Amino acid sequence: MTMTIEVMFFGQLTDITGSSKISVENVTDTDSLKHKLFHQYPALSTAKFRVAVDNKLINENTRIEQGTKIAFMPPFSGG
Amino acid sequence: MDSKPSYNRYQRQIILKGFGIAAQDKLAAAKVLVIGAGGLGCPALQYLAAAGVGHIGIVDHDVVSESNLHRQVLFSMADLGRAKVDVAREKLTALNPDIKIETWQVNFGHQQCTELLPKFDIVLDGTDNFATRYLVNDACVLWGKPLVFGAVSQFEGQVAVFNGLQKVGSRSSNYRDLFPVPPNAGEILNCAEAGVLGVLPGIIGAMQAAEVIKLVTEIGAPLINKLLTYNALTQDVFTVQVDAGAKQIPQNVDEFMSTDYEVLCGNKIPGSPELKFSDIIGRDDLVKVDVRELHEEPRITEFICLSIPLKELEWNLDDLEGKKVVFICQSGKRSMQAVQVLKSYSPDAEVYYLSGGVNAFKS
Repeated sequence: MTMTIEVMFFGQLTDITGSSKISVENVTDTDSLKHKLFHQYPALSTAKFRVAVDNKLINENTRIEQGTKIAFMPPFSGG
Repeated sequence: MDSKPSYNRYQRQIILKGFGIAAQDKLAAAKVLVIGAGGLGCPALQYLAAAGVGHIGIVDHDVVSESNLHRQVLFSMADLGRAKVDVAREKLTALNPDIKIETWQVNFGHQQCTELLPKFDIVLDGTDNFATRYLVNDACVLWGKPLVFGAVSQFEGQVAVFNGLQKVGSRSSNYRDLFPVPPNAGEILNCAEAGVLGVLPGIIGAMQAAEVIKLVTEIGAPLINKLLTYNALTQDVFTVQVDAGAKQIPQNVDEFMSTDYEVLCGNKIPGSPELKFSDIIGRDDLVKVDVRELHEEPRITEFICLSIPLKELEWNLDDLEGKKVVFICQSGKRSMQAVQVLKSYSPDAEVYYLSGGVNAFKS
């Protein structure tokens, strides 16, 4: 069975992905998700962002399950 | 002590459940330092002054310009060219003469940390660049001051309370827990480059004011160990948990004082080989190289300039070998990269860049 997760993008990362929300199939952890996205959107691999899994910032590779909420969040500087 | 000013103006918030005279007294006794009187600072200042924060400090080096007016709602046409801190003090005093307002027309730097932070209870970050944001964050951690953070980009904003005192006596997470090291220069665009919807900093600045009021009066649940992201296009709010534990912060005040945040954020190259336009004119010993694309305006007519777009520079380094070179671009960012390209090819080269780029002298 294919597992589809939704990934949210914030700020100027949406200029890279073209959308603030995209669906990704068959990834089991955040490392494989990043690998897949970097292949699809090469500019993302050099962008600065943090990844949140189910509303919590992560520092290490984290398991993804059906329904896991993923967000890619860049820093903002404007004031 | 002077007789207590009338609390009539605060009647609508004093009657709130859980607020009362006690919370209003706390606001009157509070000292809040607002760094940056721009898109975030203006609305934050208006609500803090209106709410009765007894002592407000404002730091901003800038003067009011026309492109500020779509979002910096303290200022009007009559204020163009005036110092933002002077206009802010006048408008806020007119709004609420019972509070004390102190202003400093300077760039917030290390010296302001040592002089001003000890005098205030809470800091509100309304700055517009990473170098000052990291400096303010690190300083608030070292001086033990809660920091109400806000930042905007195009249609989205972020709000958080950093370094808040927690029940266990430790301090909550800070900006370094969110983004341990700054992005490279030019990696994230600022408002001038990427644009910003005028009302957005109004919303985010007002949220920051709300967090300050909550911290002072101890009501509600401030955004401690949390980052809130707001999207004006969808009105979506997204909050994530941010855990403390970053190790990148300077360990003590001495280490902090010797950290150059402009270098840290890639805005300046160590050793500062930056020149001003007036330094370049008449310097026949310097080879001037414009690293902008050929179509970029305005072109330089004041002196003879080679034109080598940055991406072609690495194939033209032989021509520059052994020469004193100054790189020029639109804002100063690409010419700094050009300095590094040439330096990596010939480390002993005498090489400079035009500070602020063509924008700094053609505007």
